[in-house]
Amino acid sequence: MSTHQEHAHSHASSHPPHPTREDNDVELTYGEARYLALKALLIEKGIVTAEEIRKQLEVNERGKPEQGARMVARAWVDPDFKKRMLADAKTAALELDLEVTDAGLLAMENTPSVHNLIVCTLCSCYPRSLLGEPPAWYVSKAYRSRAVREPRKVLREFGLVIPDDVEVRVHDSNADMRYMVLPMRPEGTEGMSEAELASLVTRDCLVGAALPRKPNA
Amino acid sequence: MSPERAPYAPGARVRIVNLDKPGHVRTPMYVREQVGIVERYCGDFENPEERAYGRVGRPRIRLYRVRFNQHDLWPDYDGPESDTLEIEIYDHWLRPAGPGETA
Repeated sequence: MSTHQEHAHSHASSHPPHPTREDNDVELTYGEARYLALKALLIEKGIVTAEEIRKQLEVNERGKPEQGARMVARAWVDPDFKKRMLADAKTAALELDLEVTDAGLLAMENTPSVHNLIVCTLCSCYPRSLLGEPPAWYVSKAYRSRAVREPRKVLREFGLVIPDDVEVRVHDSNADMRYMVLPMRPEGTEGMSEAELASLVTRDCLVGAALPRKPNA
Repeated sequence: MSPERAPYAPGARVRIVNLDKPGHVRTPMYVREQVGIVERYCGDFENPEERAYGRVGRPRIRLYRVRFNQHDLWPDYDGPESDTLEIEIYDHWLRPAGPGETA
């Protein structure tokens, strides 16, 4: 990324600070052009409305990693909730007023003997209505192909070394289910409130690419 | 697919068939012809191979999660024997695998 200094200026700096990203006035890719054409046709033919498309995007925007973190924290403090969440995470989410509109949601529990990692090799399936848009690396072809083929190496690149006596279990989210990881509660978190516990759980923890932060770390 | 056939129970050994079908199929190449174990039945869903082409409202089909040993999928897999992979497979991509059948 170019810094302010590299950006040779001859004019007086009377204008507001630079925007933080480049204008995207580039040529459309083939896929973008096709998407816009298809969308315009569907609207013109009355099959969907622009409002419906916007609303669906809003549903996707509603998702936030913090919502998944809330479910994890609740599962850590409430064993009965955890049971229900492992049986049907979509219904369990509703108990926290979190509406999951994906077909199904499965929570995969990390244990001392199993570490779970989520990937969608075929596209970018992700529980968007709960967690929002996936991280950029999740949709990259490199991650999608390597997470199934060499998950331990991928995890090491995330800084996560899984011992050989722990099974690495990869979940290819290829069809109708959506997935989240229920990480293990870190040591030294006894007595923390549910909200404090939730703050330890980042987006990457919910995919299995990271472990919850230890308190004061 | 014969709808009358009893559903696969968790633990059933199955082989992924290679339907060699074009279109919006959800069975990636790396599990085709492989032998795994049914992990759970997920419910009945419309077939995405039909839905993707606007053919909605057709009879629902069974969806399962199947577990594989990573070393069966990738002969040179770098990791312990216990590592596994789980993936969703629609009923018509599955056939029973005999006890002696290997990957």
